[in-house]
Amino acid sequence: MFAYLVKRIFQSVIVMLAVSLLSFLLFAFVGDPISNLVGQDTSIAEREVIRENLGLNDPFYIQFLSLIGNAIQGDFGQSWFWKKPVHELIAGRLPVTLELVFVSAIIAMGLGVLLGVLTAIHRYHWSARLLLTVSLIGVSLPTFLIGIGLIYLFSVILGWLPSFGRGETVDLGFWQTSLLSADGWAHIIMPAFTLSLFQMTLVLRLTRTEMLETLQTDFIKFARARGLGKGTVYYRHALRNTLVPVITIAGLNIGLLVAFSIITETVFQYPGVGLMFLKAVSLVDIPVMSAYLMLVALIFVSINFIVDVLYFVVDPRLRTQTT
Amino acid sequence: MTQKEQSRLRVFLDSDLVHSFLRSPLAIIAAVTTLACFAVAALAPLIAPHCIEPVCVDLMNGLNPPAWTPNGAPDFPLGTDEQGRDILSAIFYASRISLIVGFAAVGFGMVLGVALGIIAGYFGGWVDTLIMRLADMQLTFPSILIALLIAGVVRSVITDLADRGILVGVTFEDVAIFVLIIAIGLSDWPRFARVARGATMVELNKGYVAAAKVLGLPSRRIMIGHVLPNLMGPILVIATIGLALAIISEATLSFLGVGVPPTNPSLGTLIRIGNEYLFSGEWWITLFPALGLVILVLSVNIIGDWLRDALNPKLRR
Repeated sequence: MFAYLVKRIFQSVIVMLAVSLLSFLLFAFVGDPISNLVGQDTSIAEREVIRENLGLNDPFYIQFLSLIGNAIQGDFGQSWFWKKPVHELIAGRLPVTLELVFVSAIIAMGLGVLLGVLTAIHRYHWSARLLLTVSLIGVSLPTFLIGIGLIYLFSVILGWLPSFGRGETVDLGFWQTSLLSADGWAHIIMPAFTLSLFQMTLVLRLTRTEMLETLQTDFIKFARARGLGKGTVYYRHALRNTLVPVITIAGLNIGLLVAFSIITETVFQYPGVGLMFLKAVSLVDIPVMSAYLMLVALIFVSINFIVDVLYFVVDPRLRTQTT
Repeated sequence: MTQKEQSRLRVFLDSDLVHSFLRSPLAIIAAVTTLACFAVAALAPLIAPHCIEPVCVDLMNGLNPPAWTPNGAPDFPLGTDEQGRDILSAIFYASRISLIVGFAAVGFGMVLGVALGIIAGYFGGWVDTLIMRLADMQLTFPSILIALLIAGVVRSVITDLADRGILVGVTFEDVAIFVLIIAIGLSDWPRFARVARGATMVELNKGYVAAAKVLGLPSRRIMIGHVLPNLMGPILVIATIGLALAIISEATLSFLGVGVPPTNPSLGTLIRIGNEYLFSGEWWITLFPALGLVILVLSVNIIGDWLRDALNPKLRR
């Protein structure tokens, strides 16, 4: 167990180091930080002073170490375009993305499990087959097309839902949330649904397979023989036994939601970190870009690490194999 | 055709693959559609009804709706965009770019992944550990995210170098296609490496490899001449599915604005352009390129699925 954990931590650290090195190279060789910080009329001598103060004349390894040190303390420097500290920008934008990911994870789990159970119980009904076929086609379409389609239907033709932005927010002091106002929900529902579709299909198919398998087992037959009602058999006994793998896979795929949120945020102009990154790319705002790179790497490394540890806790067979 | 070639052809026509293909109507439809897309892309300059270069479009023709609608002009079957470009012709040329990027990216990812996979499987030991750990680490990130980050970073690096006058005469627009090919290819190599490594290790236990080794053939020749041909089946399957994925990735990146520029658009770029006109009611600028993309991706996907089932002996009855 211990050796396994150390190995995983080692891998995570390597990934993080590689990403910080990339961020550092961007810092060191792309753009001129000084001319992005000061005005046109700053003299060369003054620029030299700033350069010295920022540590840009230090040897590269010292600059790299100080970048890592600052990053650990949450300091990513000043954005060239927004002229604000990068950590403030991210602190303002990250909740937006997290709320979007959270709502779409709930939609994916809720609808996915529900539809998965229904298609398993009524497996020969035409609507179940139709749903499975449609879900397969849906998965192979690019996310952004589905988003555009929804906007065209619900915003342009029907005019029911707003197509861009986050809507009204409520300030909780440490967190600006859009989940406490009806307007916020009207804005989040389409992007969250678009983002959840891929995940939902996965959950649906997995729930269906697991459910079909569980329904064949002896304890279900026995529950039926005892004369328990259909609802009790399906939802109390069968469903509970199918949920463990479904939750594991869904948890592992939270990272996918974070990644795909960039696309969804662009389609719906939802002001999260993904949209900020794309803007930073087109404006060559290196501090924002490198902070985003490290943030994404950190999110993925953490998710994978947690899932690995959970596997380890849940499945005793792994303990003997890896040590 | 010589006798030998004829008998080879007969063996091919009599193979399981061809039989399974002829018995699957969906695969036949998908194959016909895919070939039609390839033909349209290849022959774009010959069959496109209009020229779409900036010099030959007329702004007066801008935003024409499709020909069958009340205000449509008969000259432009699917309407025109804001610059007066014929949508149908633009789709023909755009599918060309999409397919070029798709094929080249898959090709690049395949060559890289298969080479590293065979080397890992053949030599084992620390080489294997190093390559496969690298692949594992990359696989923890979704490939579209990797491609997006690479394309984004390279884009701002090139923009910056051009702004500072270090790169003269080169803009991101000029190299966008190559950047995309490399970004998407790099994002996809681990899948090829995994399959190639697994299959190589299976082949290594077979007699012919041992015989080749005893004969004293150099490792390079055994890997390329003996192991590689036996990996073609599984590699073909992931390459086909990878083509659909690469086309989707390219379209997504272009839609996000880090892909192919509007001067020489791909299907994703056309959709990005059209998206800006969706609210003012010009739906045709988005809809038709989107349909083209959907048809292309779905057909390639169906062929990939069919190929996977047909080449998988476990599913054969």
